[in-house]
Amino acid sequence: MDQLINNLKKEIVETLNLKHIKPEEIGDDQPLFEGGLGLDSIDALELIVLLQQSYKIKIANPQDGPEIFKSVKSIAMFIKAHQPA
Amino acid sequence: MFISDYCHIRNQTLFHRGVELYKGTGTSLDSFLSETYQALKVSYPKFYKMDPLSKLGVIASEVLFSESDLRQHYKPEQVALVLANAHASLDTDVRYFESTKTMASPSLFIYTLSNIVAGEICIRNGIKGENAFFVQPAFDSKFMSQYVNQLLAETKTEMCLAGWVDVMDEHHDVFLYLTRKTETANAKEHSEESLQKLYQFNYGSVDQQS
Repeated sequence: MDQLINNLKKEIVETLNLKHIKPEEIGDDQPLFEGGLGLDSIDALELIVLLQQSYKIKIANPQDGPEIFKSVKSIAMFIKAHQPA
Repeated sequence: MFISDYCHIRNQTLFHRGVELYKGTGTSLDSFLSETYQALKVSYPKFYKMDPLSKLGVIASEVLFSESDLRQHYKPEQVALVLANAHASLDTDVRYFESTKTMASPSLFIYTLSNIVAGEICIRNGIKGENAFFVQPAFDSKFMSQYVNQLLAETKTEMCLAGWVDVMDEHHDVFLYLTRKTETANAKEHSEESLQKLYQFNYGSVDQQS
């Protein structure tokens, strides 16, 4: 799980062009949107693309998005639970 | 109407009133834009998410507005933007098209309109006045001087950021300037002739690209 979280942090920084932040500065439970990293709706779409491209996972119910993308840890947990065997 | 300030970005070099502010290290345009952002000590992380056209416009406007009395003397509605270029948003359109071959990039898609650069400058500087973006074969000093003068004469616009911001691959050519109704120190008349003269500054360094 730790390895997955660290990889996700690197991918998020690279994919979302967060050049002012180092991956290790992102807390596992730090909110990604309001009150945290300050990501916006376009970033959310990029995260969906990231899950599809890198982990082959599609989000079936868009309403689950806010819960899945709450933090790096919540994304990692979602990947662990849904990654194809 | 008077030109109170101007800047150019050409051949990976940023000029303010004809004086070199920052020269790139000769690598890619993208690297130059990031280096210039850091050299200007701007703190606006959203910059890194922008496409090259918006980055060029934001850097040039940053230079012009950082020394202006924009916020002290003008209401957001009194500041206008009139921009033009030759390649519209083609530079980003091409990269977006490439991304669609695998998975379309949402962050590229939102920059596939040429006037997004105007929006980024407005958001950054709290500008809410008139704005327009024209796609033309080359910088048209006659058109620009007439359009902006009319804007200043017939609307509530008191200050206008205007000029040329163009990019395609590594080719880039930026000439932005501030125009006001009132004369300031060292201001130049906002006319076709003075605009053409200012635009031609260091023009020989611009890589031509059709």
